[in-house]
Amino acid sequence: MSAGSDGLRTYYDRPVLKRPTWRFWIPSYFFLGGMAAGSSLLAAGADAIGDARLGRAARVTALAALGGGTVGLIADLGRPERFHHMLRVFRPSSPMNMGSWLLAAYGPAVGVAAVSNVTGRAPVLGRIATWSAAALAPAVATYTGVLVADTAIPAWHGARTVMPGLFAAGAAASAGGVAAAVVPNAAPARRLALGGVAAEVALFSALERSLPDDVRVAYTEGRVGRLRRAATRLSLAGSGMCAGGSVRAGGAGRLLTRLGGVAITLGAAAERFAVIEAGRASAGDPRATIGPQRRNAAPEQTPEHA
Amino acid sequence: MAETQRVGFFTDTTLCIGCKACEVACKEWNDVPADGFDFLGLSYDNTGELSADTWRHVAFIEQVVPDASASEPGLRWLMSSDVCKHCTHAACLDVCPTGAIFRTEFDTVVVQADVCNGCGYCVAACPFGVIGQRERDGRAWKCTMCYDRLHGGLEPACAKACPTASIQFGPLDELRLRARDRVEELHERGVSSARLYLDSDDDGIGGAGAFFLLLDEPEVYGLPPDPVVPTRDLASAWRAAAASGAALVAGVALAFMRGRR
Repeated sequence: MSAGSDGLRTYYDRPVLKRPTWRFWIPSYFFLGGMAAGSSLLAAGADAIGDARLGRAARVTALAALGGGTVGLIADLGRPERFHHMLRVFRPSSPMNMGSWLLAAYGPAVGVAAVSNVTGRAPVLGRIATWSAAALAPAVATYTGVLVADTAIPAWHGARTVMPGLFAAGAAASAGGVAAAVVPNAAPARRLALGGVAAEVALFSALERSLPDDVRVAYTEGRVGRLRRAATRLSLAGSGMCAGGSVRAGGAGRLLTRLGGVAITLGAAAERFAVIEAGRASAGDPRATIGPQRRNAAPEQTPEHA
Repeated sequence: MAETQRVGFFTDTTLCIGCKACEVACKEWNDVPADGFDFLGLSYDNTGELSADTWRHVAFIEQVVPDASASEPGLRWLMSSDVCKHCTHAACLDVCPTGAIFRTEFDTVVVQADVCNGCGYCVAACPFGVIGQRERDGRAWKCTMCYDRLHGGLEPACAKACPTASIQFGPLDELRLRARDRVEELHERGVSSARLYLDSDDDGIGGAGAFFLLLDEPEVYGLPPDPVVPTRDLASAWRAAAASGAALVAGVALAFMRGRR
């Protein structure tokens, strides 16, 4: 038994919880899935205003991001050959199961939308697929936030009402960022990227403020803290470049916008990795588990052997 | 088959002598692989924690306690055999996306090894840090309360092997009554620190199929003081997702509102 300066007692400072076993594939998917969802919405918007270049870029981005993300999801399984067991049951209490069904509908829509657009074949089917993908996109962008919130890990579970919003903001920023990098003249892409970054910065700080001190440290200290601050700096620097690029004429302005788009996208990626790493740190910290529960359980408990 | 009662474990830690017969019996009966020969330097505990390859774990706690009758402080030993709690509202079962984890006719929680695809969600969801993913095998494993032995009318291997009846197995209702009597008896004998842990249905997991008589706060034994099944709060997270999804659509619409460039 050991007692810290805070009077909190633990079993030899060993974690109460298990650290998540997810490897880098999972935060990669959270990032790429969000990017795909944001891109599906951009594609529908581009169709609405008749911007063919943005529409194509967004569709192709959505397919590439979702394809890569899905490969990662399967690669992370302990038994990848059993990935289809995800669709054995329909289980509303499992966000991962709900997400699997969601992807089973969203994936084909994204694929048909992109292939139809690039080949020019089956345009009606392509339009239906584009709007179907856009309709499912908000759920795809946010369910992953619910997924991490529905765990015992204090840094995730404690932030359950903010997490889906943060993931949606990252989806907007990364989809806008990639589209701005590919089509620097597309104002809607730039605006989505800038709006996404603003929401990311605001929501990440809201997330941290919503947590008690002993849980918040997972996001602020050590390697995770550095990653999280680097993510914010990348996003803000990219926003500045995008904004600057849009007011400068010619090739230099376009280059600046492209670089800004890339920085915003990398910032959104770093943010997802920071969230997952914070969860790992939080699970490994017995004080983050015991502290809030002790304050909750409270009344009669007083240590008898200090 | 006649209607089965909910069965469970009552672990009375005041009777535990730290022999680890439960750990060994569990390993042998369930053919659980080795979990490493690590020297942890934590009293007599080189097992460390419950995991995919450890379904019973004996904790050893050495405490210096003031002894009113002696001039020098004394040492007291706390020993406790931890196990899966077989929660009424089991997080691992709730979040399992494949249906590999199910509730048995004995009201216990079991992983079907032929279904589990090793997604790892249960590992992050368990508020007790019980279930783990087995390296190389890739799947999630934990205590089954000896599902096979229960079918044969036998008690679980750990309870059978326990030489002091610290681990007691039986219908949960009976165990709870017995545990309350035991606490009363201990209080009468002056052991005022005796208390039950997870013995009631109105905690954050809706009651446990494995509960404990402890002599100190749960966290001293590495147990969470107020565990909550995360799915209890799932609706609030989905509501936040719905609001965020709507905001995302509004944001994209706004980005296109001012037309092109």
